[in-house]
Amino acid sequence: MGEVLVVTSGKGGVGKTTTAANIGTGLAAQGKKVVLMDTDIGLRNLDVVMGLENRIVYDIVDIAQGRCKLKQGMIKDKRFPDLYLIPAAQTKDKSAVTEEQVQAICNELKQEFDYIIVDCPAGIEQGFKNAIAGADKAIVVTNPEVSAVRDADRIIGLLEANGLGNPQLVLNRVRPNMVRQGDMMSVDDILEILAIKLLGVIPDDDNIVISTNRGEPTVLDQQSLSGKAYRNIVQRLLGNEVPLMNLDVEEGFFARLLKLFKGN
Amino acid sequence: MASFLQRIFGSEKASKELAKDRLKLVLIHDRASLSPAMMDNLRRDLVEVISKYMDFEETSLDVQMAEQDNMTMLEVNIPVASVKRNGGN
Repeated sequence: MGEVLVVTSGKGGVGKTTTAANIGTGLAAQGKKVVLMDTDIGLRNLDVVMGLENRIVYDIVDIAQGRCKLKQGMIKDKRFPDLYLIPAAQTKDKSAVTEEQVQAICNELKQEFDYIIVDCPAGIEQGFKNAIAGADKAIVVTNPEVSAVRDADRIIGLLEANGLGNPQLVLNRVRPNMVRQGDMMSVDDILEILAIKLLGVIPDDDNIVISTNRGEPTVLDQQSLSGKAYRNIVQRLLGNEVPLMNLDVEEGFFARLLKLFKGN
Repeated sequence: MASFLQRIFGSEKASKELAKDRLKLVLIHDRASLSPAMMDNLRRDLVEVISKYMDFEETSLDVQMAEQDNMTMLEVNIPVASVKRNGGN
């Protein structure tokens, strides 16, 4: 029996879709059978992040309303044989599927797959309720910013009220330099405020933009820091203990020279 | 550079401390708020309990959450018409 993980945040633009794509791809790279499900109806994006936008025939609304079979609505990934995507519909609105329908799809997928990763839309309305309807566990994504943390707190409360207590946190877009200077909240600061279990920390990394441009999840990039950070998250989801990595980027000669002059 | 120097000489607080302080205040507020549906339920239950002890106009019952001296207060105001002599029995 598989597990349904919903990736949520409250606030938009914090990296939900990127996180869902990387966790799903990373689990598939570890040999797991995975389905990525985009529930952001009207604002579909997981397909482009995964680079599968040209293969879409049916979407989640077609599956929910019985216009196609579940298997027909699942798009096969180009990299891994056991990785599939169920795309959101682009032309309908969030009321096009119901919580019961999403739950039914999740339950059916759990029979065959190890992990179902649900990408949740921003906000706390019907789209959020749909996304969490079939979930067993929740992952909350946030950034070290006041607005994102506030919304994460709200979402944690709502998850708890809906039987999804103890969600795990992915802190995204951390800039170690700013943290060191005291101009960005640290991992510890945010854990203190949200009182939640940490799943992983992702550095703010230009490679995310590049990999999204290419439609290749960064988790497969062996060179990038963010790729390593996502691979660590995948290992933790699989039950392995992995220490938090050092996010400090290798500094160039001039940066080091400058530091020498500053005396720190 | 100016802010760097200011910070060295201790005249400016690191901005993350500001962020934390502001967040903590905002969250105290957010966490204490009840949804309208919960507020309605609370109101309904209060009416039920208090009716055992006294008569009052249901529509005059005023329930509010308020902030006072860094504490969240539940304020309930009920103009009482009369107290029931054998209330609660």
